[in-house]
Amino acid sequence: MTSLLVSLPLLLPSAAGDQNLALIAELTVFVLAVFLGIEVINKVPPTLHTPLMSGSNAISGITVVGALLSSLSGSATTTNVLACIAIAAAMVNVVGGFLVTDRMLKFFKKR
Amino acid sequence: MNEIAVPLCYLLAAVAFIVGLKMMSTVKGARRGNAMAALGMAIAIVGTLAQRVDFDWTWIVAGAAVGSLLGGWLAYRVPMTAMPEFVAMFNGLGGLASALVALCDLLHWSERTKDVELTPASALGWTWVIALVLSLAIGTITFTGSMAAWLKLSGKVNKGEPVLLPGRHAINVALGVVVVAVSIWLGGFAASHGVQTGAAIAIAVVAGLLGWLLVLPIGGADMPVVISLLNSYSGVAAATTGFVLKNDALIISGALVGASGLILTQIMCKAMNRSLGNVIAGGFGQTSSGAGGEKKKSSYTKVKSCSAEDTVAILESARSVIFVPGYGLAVSQGQHAIRELADLLEAKGIQCRYAIHPVAGRMPGHMNVLLAEANVPYEQLVEMDAINPTFKETDVVIVVGANDVVNPVARNQVGSPIYGMPILDVDQARTIFVIKRSLSPGFAGIDNPLFEADNALMIFADAKEALLQMAAGFKGK
Repeated sequence: MTSLLVSLPLLLPSAAGDQNLALIAELTVFVLAVFLGIEVINKVPPTLHTPLMSGSNAISGITVVGALLSSLSGSATTTNVLACIAIAAAMVNVVGGFLVTDRMLKFFKKR
Repeated sequence: MNEIAVPLCYLLAAVAFIVGLKMMSTVKGARRGNAMAALGMAIAIVGTLAQRVDFDWTWIVAGAAVGSLLGGWLAYRVPMTAMPEFVAMFNGLGGLASALVALCDLLHWSERTKDVELTPASALGWTWVIALVLSLAIGTITFTGSMAAWLKLSGKVNKGEPVLLPGRHAINVALGVVVVAVSIWLGGFAASHGVQTGAAIAIAVVAGLLGWLLVLPIGGADMPVVISLLNSYSGVAAATTGFVLKNDALIISGALVGASGLILTQIMCKAMNRSLGNVIAGGFGQTSSGAGGEKKKSSYTKVKSCSAEDTVAILESARSVIFVPGYGLAVSQGQHAIRELADLLEAKGIQCRYAIHPVAGRMPGHMNVLLAEANVPYEQLVEMDAINPTFKETDVVIVVGANDVVNPVARNQVGSPIYGMPILDVDQARTIFVIKRSLSPGFAGIDNPLFEADNALMIFADAKEALLQMAAGFKGK
């Protein structure tokens, strides 16, 4: 979304202007997502709050996308080792988070 | 092509997360909602890897394999009683990953501009610098704070009791000031790449120390708030990393998780009648109970007690029973015993329900998961506001391992530390059995007049054993 918005103001003269516009677009997305999150999460019943927490934790593992993009060939080994640790930590979050949430939700049964 | 396809993948992933979370608003749809969110994650990961970027596949495969296997193994093996520790640890790993990604972005920039000496602010702008330091600081605070919470919850640090350093507020403020100062210097004054890296690491280390010190003084009873808050932080850390990388997937998902954690934090604070600031200041109840060591002499005068077998006659003549489970039930692993007793009661046509206080257990919704695991149907788990008006017409209430959340003082004794806290009005029922090991106070460190109420009978025993004895006695009839 941002990249679409960013590519629009090609006519703007300065690079700083471009950057500011990109920042505004990002902030807009962020703030709207917070409000959306509040609306959606408020509807989750208290009985599901633990699975909600482990599930949303898995979602915060999205940072794995950033970690993957940090592992570039030709980079210094240190950087790649750090990226590798980041990938591992985020993948623990993603895989473990979704699996444990599923395991918990399986327990919730009607009589 | 990449320019459109990849952001579209991220948009699709974000939609899947939102729809998945929305499906969690019903117990029926929750499992599919979780699967939907997992699908979104898969789309985001595949979309990222399908780009024509020069990835270093060895490190990627190594990291992904180790992380996936470890995560899968942990998820498979963790007992439900240990969910709070588990979620705390996972929050921490999310924070760590976000901080590392931010650091990597700085290192990549250093490599690209090896021969030029420029301050980050002049080269990339203050926006980037602020996002970078926020991501580093929040990420590491989440990491070390979660590790402290994890160790406290599993009783590895000081048996979960708060650790109160002298002058801790001054220390924390000082550490915060150092983080801000180093950040400004990194952005505006550090021109050599080596120094920039050093400053970034310094920010991470100092913020990490701050996270550790912030969580240590917080007492065991406040852990639900802390876990919720750290959950929120792990989302915010991902979002700030999104600002560093200018990546919408991270920004949106991080915002969703941040909002989710914040709502849970609010609910927990409200349920304990505490302000967030008060929780973070730490050391609740320490003045009256002296860190669990020298216990205040309780002043109970007319407590009546009975044996588990004695309850059978009263239970038999009851038409409705409400169980009030607290953390003591989980500690004694009595979830299955409680359901066994409930099954026997229901076979005789006695209505059984469970009253769940929002802070029962050690994280939001913990008790529900523990009872669900013991095959208690979720319709029988009733929230506080829904069940409170029905205590008046209830024949028997069985309180198992709960204390402060059923203390009537919260309703009528102005000046009590828990005054105003929403409680379960169990004292209005006809007969109340309280299964508890002793008369020792709960987390709040105060006496509970319920224990000497005319209609209350104490059963001094381990929760699981008492429940099994009650079930056995009932079966014998």
